[in-house]
Amino acid sequence: MTRIYVPRDTTAVSLGADEVARALSHAADVQGVDITLVRNGSRGLFWLEPLIEVDTGAGRVAYGPVMPEEVPALVEAGLLEGGAGHALYLGPTEDIPYLKSQQRLTFARAGITDPVSLDEYRAHGGFEGLAVALAQTPQQIVDEVKTSGLRGRGGAAFPAGIKWQTVLDADSLTPNSRYSGQKFIVCNADEGDSGTFADRLVMEADPYLLIEGMTIAGLAVGAETGYIYLRSEYPLAHGVLNDAIARAKAEGYLGDNILKSGKAFHLEVRLGAGAYICGEETSLLDSLEGKRGQVRVKPPLPALKGAFGQPTVVNNVLTLAAVPFILAEGGSAYADYGMGRSRGTLPFQLAGNIERGGVVELAFGITLRELMQDYGGGTASGRPIRAVQVGGPLGAYLPESQWDTPLDYEAYADMGAVVGHGGIVVFDDTVDMLEQARFAMEFCAIESCGKCTPCRIGSTRGVEVIDRIRDNQDRDANLILLHDLCDTLEDGSLCAMGGMTPNPVRSALQYFPDDFARTTPSPMMEKS
Amino acid sequence: MLHIYDPNTATDRDLGTPPPAMSTGTVCLSIDGKPVEVPEGTSVLRAAALAGIQIPKLCATDNLEAFGSCRLCAVEIEGRRGLPASCTTPVAEGMSVNTQTDRVAKLRRNVMELYISDHPLDCLTCSANGDCELQDMAGAVGLREVRYGYEGENHLDAEKDTSNPYFTFDPSKCIVCSRCVRACEEVQGTFALTIDGRGFDSTVSAGQNDDFMDSECVSCGACVQACPTATLMENSVIEQGQPEHSVVTTCAYCGVGCSFKAEMKGNTLVRMVPFKDGHANHGHSCVKGRFAFGYANHPDRLTTPMIRDHIEEPWREVSWEDAMTFAAARIKAIQAKYGRDSVGGITSSRCSNEEAYLVQKLVRTAFGNNNTDTCARVCHSPTGYGLKQTLGESAGTQTFDSVMQSDVIIVIGANPTDAHPVFASQLRRRLRQGAKLIVADPRHIDLMTTPHGGEAVHLPLKPGTNVALVNALAHVIITEGLEDQAFIAERCDPDAYAAWRAFISDERHAPETTEEITGVPAASVRDAARLYGEAGNGAIYYGLGVTEHSQGSTMVMGIANLALATGNIGREGVGVNPLRGQNNVQGSCDMGSFPHELPGYQHVALDGPRKAFEQAWGVTIDNEPGLRIPNMFDAAIDGSFKGLYVQGEDIAQSDPNTQHVELALSSLECLIVQDLFLNETAKFAHVLLPGSSFLEKDGTFTNAERRINRVRKVMPALAGKEDWQITQDLSNALGYPMHYDHPEQIMAEIASLTPSFRGVTYKKLDELGSIQWPCNDEHPIGTPIMHEQDFPIGKGRFVVTDYVPTTERATRKFPMLLTTGRILSQYNVGAQTRRTENQTWHDQDFLELHPHDAEERGINDGDWVGLTSRAGDTVLQAKISTRMQPGVVYTTFHHPVSGANVITTDNSDWATNCPEYKVTAVQCEKVAQPSAWQERHRAQHKKQWGLLNTTDANNTDLKNKEQADPAMK
Repeated sequence: MTRIYVPRDTTAVSLGADEVARALSHAADVQGVDITLVRNGSRGLFWLEPLIEVDTGAGRVAYGPVMPEEVPALVEAGLLEGGAGHALYLGPTEDIPYLKSQQRLTFARAGITDPVSLDEYRAHGGFEGLAVALAQTPQQIVDEVKTSGLRGRGGAAFPAGIKWQTVLDADSLTPNSRYSGQKFIVCNADEGDSGTFADRLVMEADPYLLIEGMTIAGLAVGAETGYIYLRSEYPLAHGVLNDAIARAKAEGYLGDNILKSGKAFHLEVRLGAGAYICGEETSLLDSLEGKRGQVRVKPPLPALKGAFGQPTVVNNVLTLAAVPFILAEGGSAYADYGMGRSRGTLPFQLAGNIERGGVVELAFGITLRELMQDYGGGTASGRPIRAVQVGGPLGAYLPESQWDTPLDYEAYADMGAVVGHGGIVVFDDTVDMLEQARFAMEFCAIESCGKCTPCRIGSTRGVEVIDRIRDNQDRDANLILLHDLCDTLEDGSLCAMGGMTPNPVRSALQYFPDDFARTTPSPMMEKS
Repeated sequence: MLHIYDPNTATDRDLGTPPPAMSTGTVCLSIDGKPVEVPEGTSVLRAAALAGIQIPKLCATDNLEAFGSCRLCAVEIEGRRGLPASCTTPVAEGMSVNTQTDRVAKLRRNVMELYISDHPLDCLTCSANGDCELQDMAGAVGLREVRYGYEGENHLDAEKDTSNPYFTFDPSKCIVCSRCVRACEEVQGTFALTIDGRGFDSTVSAGQNDDFMDSECVSCGACVQACPTATLMENSVIEQGQPEHSVVTTCAYCGVGCSFKAEMKGNTLVRMVPFKDGHANHGHSCVKGRFAFGYANHPDRLTTPMIRDHIEEPWREVSWEDAMTFAAARIKAIQAKYGRDSVGGITSSRCSNEEAYLVQKLVRTAFGNNNTDTCARVCHSPTGYGLKQTLGESAGTQTFDSVMQSDVIIVIGANPTDAHPVFASQLRRRLRQGAKLIVADPRHIDLMTTPHGGEAVHLPLKPGTNVALVNALAHVIITEGLEDQAFIAERCDPDAYAAWRAFISDERHAPETTEEITGVPAASVRDAARLYGEAGNGAIYYGLGVTEHSQGSTMVMGIANLALATGNIGREGVGVNPLRGQNNVQGSCDMGSFPHELPGYQHVALDGPRKAFEQAWGVTIDNEPGLRIPNMFDAAIDGSFKGLYVQGEDIAQSDPNTQHVELALSSLECLIVQDLFLNETAKFAHVLLPGSSFLEKDGTFTNAERRINRVRKVMPALAGKEDWQITQDLSNALGYPMHYDHPEQIMAEIASLTPSFRGVTYKKLDELGSIQWPCNDEHPIGTPIMHEQDFPIGKGRFVVTDYVPTTERATRKFPMLLTTGRILSQYNVGAQTRRTENQTWHDQDFLELHPHDAEERGINDGDWVGLTSRAGDTVLQAKISTRMQPGVVYTTFHHPVSGANVITTDNSDWATNCPEYKVTAVQCEKVAQPSAWQERHRAQHKKQWGLLNTTDANNTDLKNKEQADPAMK
């Protein structure tokens, strides 16, 4: 019986994968052929979605991007046998250059397995890290993570091993607290940065990877409870995670007695409610506790007083998803990848005005130009790339002169840019950088939690000031004011949202000054 | 006493952030080059303030945890990048801080510029002009222009909320510093306020888009006090402007005894602001002390002495001299005719210590007998008896602050969120920190729903079954081996313990057996007993739900037994804590207002103390106890008691069995009433002496913590005489000379004769702020925690407390049980609060009943219900509530027209005659008209009100008075 894969991933579904799956089932019926239809995760080659894969004796072959109405023709052309006679035939999936040249440590299984099949997870190396961790002491696990050089993949890039050590060493006894003695693992699955989807891909394609990583974290620091704080805008991921957690629990990978080790770990998904700021760890914790998502002051660090006042590890999905590999293969194996102090791999996410968007997992050190040209294939519009925003809406816009710097946390920081969560949003030469700077302020104004004055009031004023610059009202004075406001946001904000909003604004001002000096409406304005 | 405010040294200056919760030593750092040493954990902001360096701030204030919102307090710290907020940065050894640098100055100016870009520019006509932190900060940072202009988005059109009668909420001036929200959470504990929306749209909201009156707000005023701008402002300041001087005094409402700054314009009180350095309240207040002071200037205030020969006659205004002559003559005549013991006095538990002392002195000297009593008779007299028997002192053992060290707290028969609100806020803070709460009360009191306070154990017993319950708890402690053997062996009388132990171990006290009596499931009782028995620190707080019973004294002793058995005596966090109700009931008891005790609880039969008083006063004092209040009533009806001097107490409204009391009062030949208003008792009086409010005199009050606080005069006495002067004049008229010039001299006399007050002087009170007695050579600055080493009686005594059911039981005719209590906005008989805007919250008493009982009788919410007992009947409006349990109904007694005490009986405590207010068998049914008593009351009230105006019964002045009369509503 032929196994045929059609992804259940959000991107694929938004492009018609469900209809494709239905059409395929129907066509197979009509042909009288028995197929096993597997809804897998996405391979992360989004420009090819919906991507149909067929298991042949010689491996898996791919077809894509497939529209539902094209299915009958494909079946005619021999899709059910893995036949090559169709324009959409791509050949063996693993030979696709985009995929073949990646270094998929974290995304090793993405798209290959049925996301919620424990058998397939195990067959592809799943839970090997957990087995190692169960046999180690907490300090040994933490040491392994330190050796790997793993840094927080959410964007702050703080060494994960040091964070885990802090929580392991923390005193969890809180007099009179009903939570006294407990420690927590919190996974930040809020992934609010525009143009990012790697977290989602892990959760939808390989949820057991995240579950395993969180369990190992629990063993490392002595936490028996974990929460996945998931943004409400990922309903499909919510379903997959809950399904996976239930199955894992049923087979003893979660619960009071993991694999009969006597150790416990309980996991639960808690949903956000549409606030970018809840990707910031302290407001995330407030939201997780059922309160308004408002930023907390530090100190105390969440590592010492986090969820419910107890020592808490807060880590991004990718950080936790990297852990099983680290335990299974050893920290040095992970550290072998990368450059400088940026060890391991990062799943770069190509998005925006890009021909071939998707996940490209590579060791640190690749350049932006290589990613955008060799992988991304340039812009979707065919026009030249003018600016690239790396690291989310709070990242700087990079002009061409900066596209050859290796993607490395320190190298990017040195030039005033941010690697962050690895989101890369490409713009062609029709982009109006003043509008982008305005958007940075507008985004901050919309998403501000409202607690601190620079962000609450400053972001709204920032939009107004940029409007005046655009309309050539007291332009010089307002440009000075804008710089001053940027200083205020950077120096005075309570958290990184206000604190980093100046990044895109200043980079636009510095590298694209012409857009702020227009005396005639911009091409963008002409279009609208 | 003028206070000149120096921001660097004033004791109530704002230090920015609270002190650290715990410190492991001190830290040395340098701020602006100045060496500073502070406890570890202190914030840089607070360290600077302590060193006299003011760092600009807006969202920080030292009774709230640091928040980090305004960003004004940014500083530069050597070796650290960025501009950290000093409010959230703890000091570190060797840290070097610069509070004024160019970078920091620029940031502060820019932040202020942002604030002012969204703020009205009407400083000169704004109610906060002269007292606005935003104004101060704009000045401090040198803001000169707002480069954003004023055309941008703003909140200047936001609508005002004037729903609360005492303060206005004007969101157009709000800077979203969240101080109000945090005050409502951290200080008050009600969590009524939140920030609605996010980002620029953030607005302060009381509940879900409710206005303040509709929300859960209890109008404590903490948010108004916390607000740095005019957003939340007292209406009195809006109307009158900024006060120009302030005097620290003590609240005259409840037994918490909050310290306030009375802020004045000349002799007019503009507002009462809680005094941060108040040792009982630490800068917090409730709606009554904070806002309900308008009664002092109410048109109903009596302003001239009045006399009449007969109570059916109109009053005649006379001079003070004539009133005294008349009263003295009458008293003398009565004593000549009926004997020396035919007259007596009731001291006020609302007037000062000095004044209570003078009244009992007058009785013992000028009257020559021991017929003096006080309202404690009807509330905490069982505490006096019970604690004296077991612990040797008739007072609570702790401070209020002690609750912050408690691990398990039991509240029995008390409703602190309504009756001792400021203490309840502190208790709730402790619950939020994780302490466990056990509540023994027929009702599901509000304390049990403390936001973030965890789940309480409820022991919902039937009224009248207290002793059975406390015995069950003790039974569990002893039979499960939870007693503190070391403490018992060291500190308690062994014989008494052995007897009690044998008694309590009996199976009849097991929870499984008492469940039948109390209605409380055995499992709950065992849970509660174990919690208390195993606690590190277990504290018991109780109120009138313990004392106002026929076994009130027994129950108090039962509570003491529990505390002794578990060793919960003699340190912080534990103890037996009676929540004294009146502002000075503790003081009034201390001052010897009881017929059997001289000041300091010294029994009249004891020769030593009595002779000391005899010598000081120059008279012979009767060595037999005199009449208690209930005895006075009985004797009046009997014909042997004919004259009574009542200071500041409305026995006709507050004592039980109103019809009995009215009969007794009508039988008197000379009733002298000294009070602020024409009250229920005054309707039966022959001499009316206008009293003075707490604002109009100097003196001291003693709160439930035994804490003596100064009361300071802020305005002249309205009627020209202060209460102590009136008593003095009466004494002189009766032939016993008194010549005090100032209450300070009275206190000096008290101190000379009362061992526990030996070290108390006004000078020391000014120095220390307050003193908890005993204050003597052994304890020169007072005694916060009692019984630390030993008991006044040497060893603690266990007392056998057999449960004897009250005779007041539900019957077929009266199948339900009525219990009574209080509500936050009204105080006691309502004499003061009914004459303020507090009427907005509670302008009538309701009968609360459980839905099941209501259903059975066809009663809906708002229906008029006839309430009948064997003593009488009245009519109240119904309120259906699930706080009640089936079979139990509840009402308050704040409005005389409700006649709550028409229903209550003369059942009382066996030892002290404290009335059994808490248990009355009643029947309720739907009715269409007021009760017979209420009709009589209304008629009589109208008549007496008319007699008050002597000249013309028809003049408009009277009509206005009548319309304004709260008792007629």
